[in-house]
Amino acid sequence: MKIVKKGMAGTMQSSDLMVFVEPADSLQVEIESTVIRQFGHLIRVKVDEVLARNGVSAGLIRLTDRGALDYAIEARIETALQRASA
Amino acid sequence: MARNSLGREIPEIFNGKRYIPYRDPHAIEPETFHFQRASRVLKRNYSGSSKVVGGLREAIVASGLKDGMTISTHHHLRNGDRLLNDLVREIDALGIRDIKIASSSIHIVHAELIPYIRKGVITALECGVNGPIGEQISKGELTCPIVVRSHGGRARSVISGEVPIDVAFLAAPCCDEYGNFNGFYGPSACGSLGYALVDAQYARKVVAVTDHLVPYPALPFSVAQNIVDIVATVDSLGDPRKIVSSTTQLTKDPMGLLIAKYAATVIDSSGYLKNGFSFQTGTGGISLAVAGHVRDMMRARRIKGSFGCGGITGFFVDMLDEGLFEGLFDVQCFDLKAVESIGRNRKHQEMSAGLYANPFNMGAVVNRLDCAILSATEIDVDFNVNVNTESSGLLLHNTGGHCDVAKGAKVSIIVCPSIRGRLPMVRDEVTTITTPGETVGVVVTERGIAVNDHLPELKAELIRRRAPVKDIHDLRDEIYAATGAPKPVEFTDEVVGLIEYLDGTIIDTVRTVRA
Repeated sequence: MKIVKKGMAGTMQSSDLMVFVEPADSLQVEIESTVIRQFGHLIRVKVDEVLARNGVSAGLIRLTDRGALDYAIEARIETALQRASA
Repeated sequence: MARNSLGREIPEIFNGKRYIPYRDPHAIEPETFHFQRASRVLKRNYSGSSKVVGGLREAIVASGLKDGMTISTHHHLRNGDRLLNDLVREIDALGIRDIKIASSSIHIVHAELIPYIRKGVITALECGVNGPIGEQISKGELTCPIVVRSHGGRARSVISGEVPIDVAFLAAPCCDEYGNFNGFYGPSACGSLGYALVDAQYARKVVAVTDHLVPYPALPFSVAQNIVDIVATVDSLGDPRKIVSSTTQLTKDPMGLLIAKYAATVIDSSGYLKNGFSFQTGTGGISLAVAGHVRDMMRARRIKGSFGCGGITGFFVDMLDEGLFEGLFDVQCFDLKAVESIGRNRKHQEMSAGLYANPFNMGAVVNRLDCAILSATEIDVDFNVNVNTESSGLLLHNTGGHCDVAKGAKVSIIVCPSIRGRLPMVRDEVTTITTPGETVGVVVTERGIAVNDHLPELKAELIRRRAPVKDIHDLRDEIYAATGAPKPVEFTDEVVGLIEYLDGTIIDTVRTVRA
């Protein structure tokens, strides 16, 4: 999947997150989270998993997380990627 | 360092004072320790003249406040309080230093005190705090030793003289020139003065501070002239509209409603919901939704309850007015409807914090409670509850009456969502123990109900009713499966605060969070 334009998904509500995606030469991931200390490692694993599954090898991926569970992280990234690749 | 019975490391000496590690809720008998009631020297005043000395500054001077002394205020105006901030500003202006604050609580509005802590005007807190002061202390950004106490524990520490208050500056919303006052009337009316009643009895000097001086006598009085030394007048004590801290509406959140429904089932299954029922809830949408269910069941079954207790909300006032309770015991009014009620209804009884929950007297009101709804920031698999710190490790909340009520009530029910912003609320270990698990009856989340072993009959009845009863370990596993296991917060070895149990033993400490 190739990121060709800006795309975003999500909300800033508690237990949700916002995902911002934009084109870039290399793959960069930035994660900001209210629970970064407790769950930063698990969030990173999930992000990498979703990006790999979608074959994303370049792009700037920014997450602003408000304590979302894994399924929400997955769904928001997928949606943002689809919006940015079409 | 000593280890208490819950496995927490406790310093034997903190800020120059010696403390006993917590052992169990019944370990400390005041008789065997020969605890005495605090005394103060007898004074005389043959003059009938006014005790008004002027404003706050004149009152501080007249009180004889000196470096190193302890002051107190009450928190009935909660986040609308102005007095403590104004008072500390005046103390600073007079050049007085090294003051300890032993107020009944401190709120977010009192973040204004931070510069005075840095400056050395305030050097210790003999009370818990809500908000930025505790946050900064637990981040190691602010140095000020803090001892967190429950409402009952604070009353005990003042009454026994463990925390001697040199001067109590008590906001007096309706006061006369000779020192009689109440909280029922006036522009800063806050209703019950339950916390202040203890200070008025035991502080060495009592200053009534008022913005509403009425002709003698201010009746009915809550504190009378014979124990008030000085009267001071100010423009305003604060804003009573800011007493309301959390929602006064029943929750509409489906998860909250489910938790409330389960909690109501627990109360119904307890066997206590019959004539003579007594009940306490706090504020907040879930608690009020539980109270709504209880009210409906009492109405439908024509149950006449005994009393409602605690911080009183308009919801309990309506239940009293409807005849569902014989009376209300009110240590603090949580909204203006409660303030209005306590001024007109003799069955809405003002209650001192000592009567409410002091463990060392001939019977606190919490002892007579059947069911109580309590909250939590975290719960562990031993039913220990944290209300002081959050999962981030920051000290953000005072204890309130949590451990007092949990111990007193026959069935204490903790209501809590299972997850808050990915953080599991039922955990292997809580960050801080406020209330020991053996005094907690039931934990209710939207994923199920965990019943502590000392209530086997309640557990059996809930299972008979097909309520979702779960072992607390299974509940934890189910929650962790959704959230993942959190990395523990790392703390330094530096103890910046103590969490005192209601009997004065130390149940836990607060350490600074490792950056």
